Amino acid sequence: MTEFTPLASLLGGALIGVAAVLLMAFHGRIAGMTGILSGLLPPFSNDWTWRAAFIAGAIAAPALIIAIAGEPVIPFESAVPAPWLVIGGLIVGIGVYFGSGCTSGHGVCGLARVSPRSIAATLTFMASTALTVFIVRHLLGGF
Amino acid sequence: MIRTLSALFAGLVFGAGIAISGMANPAKVLSFFDVAGVWDPSLAFVMGGALIVTAIGYHFVLRRPQPLFDRTFHLPSARNIDPALIAGSAVFGVGWGITGFCPGGAIPALGLGEADALLFVGSMLGGIAAARLARHAMAVRTQSDAA
Repeated sequence: MTEFTPLASLLGGALIGVAAVLLMAFHGRIAGMTGILSGLLPPFSNDWTWRAAFIAGAIAAPALIIAIAGEPVIPFESAVPAPWLVIGGLIVGIGVYFGSGCTSGHGVCGLARVSPRSIAATLTFMASTALTVFIVRHLLGGF
Repeated sequence: MIRTLSALFAGLVFGAGIAISGMANPAKVLSFFDVAGVWDPSLAFVMGGALIVTAIGYHFVLRRPQPLFDRTFHLPSARNIDPALIAGSAVFGVGWGITGFCPGGAIPALGLGEADALLFVGSMLGGIAAARLARHAMAVRTQSDAA
């Protein structure tokens, strides 16, 4: 059970959009986490510096927000057991690689460009995720 | 230097957006997809806010001849909706539905110091690396078949 946060979510979403526009304006790149991460794994691409810098910023931001606020203001809850985090992580990694993107690349940047591939990918993973959640929570009884 | 700092700044804005929006919280993400249970529609506002800003921003940025710190825009060139795109996306959804983590949510969650995020991200990187090796092996086999 989580609280409905329309304003914070809209504001956070708008910031994600600002970041995507900045990365396109600065480097001409899609702000897709899958694509950015892939270039940081071996065989290393020769343009790893902007990728590493973007990832470093994305990790540092929540830590900075907490440091400035002086208390844990970013909610985090997870009831998923460790073995399932490992299995789920492997599945996500394989899926986003063959699917050429994830929520940020297809769901935000691709939809904004009205890319038919991204529309198809986003509809597919949103449906697949909802179906999986239904099976895990309502047919298997959840974690 | 300016290339690295500008990417760092974009990353900071991205991470702040993910954190404030609730996308770094797996329970909140799973609540969005749990339409038959404790539905929390917040994620629709995240996607909506991000999409509107990105669509308007891209409209102006992509009219420029080139980005500020690169020679060209690197836009995906693939056009066809192939089986890999659909199958990969469907597989991604299974992992997202099990864990509540997607790549863009999990990376900023590392900054919260959560062990769950670290475990997920490590496994996800392993999955991406394994998939790249598999595709490489398939490409080599296809080449030798053709020869």
